[in-house]
Amino acid sequence: MSNLNFTFPQKVKTFTYALMAIGVVSIIAAFIFDKPVFEDEHYHHTRAWANILVGSFFFMAIGLAAAFFLGLQYAAESGWSTTVKRVIEAVAWYLPWGLSFMMLMFLLGQFGVHHLYAFFDKDLMNSEPSLKAKMGYFGWFWWLRTILYMVGWVYFTNKLRKNSVDADSAEPNDHSLHWKNVKLGAWFMVLFAVTSSTSSWDWLMSIDIHWFSTLFGWYVFSGMWISAIISMILITVYLRKLGYLEFVTESTIHDLGKWMFAISFLWTYLYFSQFMLYWYADIPEEIVYFQQRWENYKALMWTVFFINFAFPMIMLMSRDSKRNFWFLTFVGFVIFVGHYLDIVMMVMPGTVGKHWTGLGWMEIGTFLGFLGLFIHVVFTNLSKRALLVKNHPFLGESLHHSI
Amino acid sequence: MAATITKKIIHGIYDDEVPLLEACKKLKTAGIKIKDVFTPFPIHGIDPIVGVPRTRLAICAFIYGLTGLGLATLMMWYMMVSDWPTDVGGKPNWAYYFNIPAFIPITFESTVFCAGHGMALTYLLRCMLIPGASAKNPDPRTTNDKFMIYLELNDEQAHKADAILRSAGASEVNYKGTVTEKLAY
Repeated sequence: MSNLNFTFPQKVKTFTYALMAIGVVSIIAAFIFDKPVFEDEHYHHTRAWANILVGSFFFMAIGLAAAFFLGLQYAAESGWSTTVKRVIEAVAWYLPWGLSFMMLMFLLGQFGVHHLYAFFDKDLMNSEPSLKAKMGYFGWFWWLRTILYMVGWVYFTNKLRKNSVDADSAEPNDHSLHWKNVKLGAWFMVLFAVTSSTSSWDWLMSIDIHWFSTLFGWYVFSGMWISAIISMILITVYLRKLGYLEFVTESTIHDLGKWMFAISFLWTYLYFSQFMLYWYADIPEEIVYFQQRWENYKALMWTVFFINFAFPMIMLMSRDSKRNFWFLTFVGFVIFVGHYLDIVMMVMPGTVGKHWTGLGWMEIGTFLGFLGLFIHVVFTNLSKRALLVKNHPFLGESLHHSI
Repeated sequence: MAATITKKIIHGIYDDEVPLLEACKKLKTAGIKIKDVFTPFPIHGIDPIVGVPRTRLAICAFIYGLTGLGLATLMMWYMMVSDWPTDVGGKPNWAYYFNIPAFIPITFESTVFCAGHGMALTYLLRCMLIPGASAKNPDPRTTNDKFMIYLELNDEQAHKADAILRSAGASEVNYKGTVTEKLAY
């Protein structure tokens, strides 16, 4: 068997530090250049803050969706993914980092440092009857939910990973820890089914405080799912290039490619469903969300739609394209950026609003900074454990996976 | 008069898929054409060994999908725009593109419907699995626990194949008569 102990290459480490440095510099520069707007009293470095929120959420969501995917593999008792399980676990364990950033943003919001969330502003919430009625859902109840999500997700992810690594040193053919994980995974599905929706309402939809959509949670969820799948593909392909993970068959990566293709359509389906219902009903209080995007963000809106829908549809339809890993890497990276822009589209119109001047160095710099941190954390996680699980009942199936 | 050739029908029966795959590989190296393989369950990775060409069903599916897309568009354009322009919820249908979001769900469903049904029907017809078709399985035990390689070979090759089948661990090698083929010019 090949080398199972991954060492974080120094070159990549330096590269991630460079990315993080770019991120820090551009965030600081964003605070200097993103000046308060004279005629808008709520605009205080809003774009800089909003960018940090986008980066925090996008990469946190990747960790969360990877944790979901890990639990799903256990709950479904699927065999094909066993060889990439350690990659999924490594991506999932970015979750505590991502959640720390989210928590930091919430605390800063609570103490009035930034104004991304209207519901932290008591005066604003009391100024309108419709908002006043919503205060019961925000306030302390919002904090309770937020803490519950964070504790619940980290508990399950940690437990799933811990059982997986403990199983490595268990007696041969003792699969008790695996079956424990099957149960844990199933319970995590139950928790995730509810909290993935409600957390996206609490953390993203609440930015547009007047607007609501029950479909929003699934739309966010499908976006985070595909981003997580793409990060797994990119990491697996890169590690294979470095000479690790050669036990991962081409069919396994092909299967991940199929996930990328399939979830692109899940995303499109939900994105369009949400849009069409509001477009059709055309009720002023509901259409405001899309009107805002249509007026100030039209180019970005179409870009997101085409990158995340038409692009993967054309590029990934054939079987050969999913088995050509250079091609898969290229397409994956484009869609990855597309889904980052999707989160930008969720956050910016409700915060920066009409002061938006188009995508700029602030967005790119913040993205690169968070990307550097993400790569650094995930590769560090990977280097801490053997790259292949031992003692897994479906390991043989996965090693010989062929489609 | 067309020249004909008489070939022997050989059934190589195996108890497991591993020796069967082994035999297939050996036959292929010996240059013997495998006519068919019958197994109780699909065996991953057997297609390239047996030499099954890649399926063209996906191309059919794409064409059926385009057909469904076109039919749905034509239908909705005729109903909603051309024949009797309707105004639903303050959205008059003066031209098709005005209200395109409303037409997308039906376009999507029709595409999926035509691609799915077209593919299933094509598959059934291509395999001649029509109502009343007789079962073509030469040995019904392959639906239970036996694995079979089906060969049609001339005497010289049959002799060679027999040895290969047995050396790979065949539990039985059965001769099931002959078949007469027209020679290709």
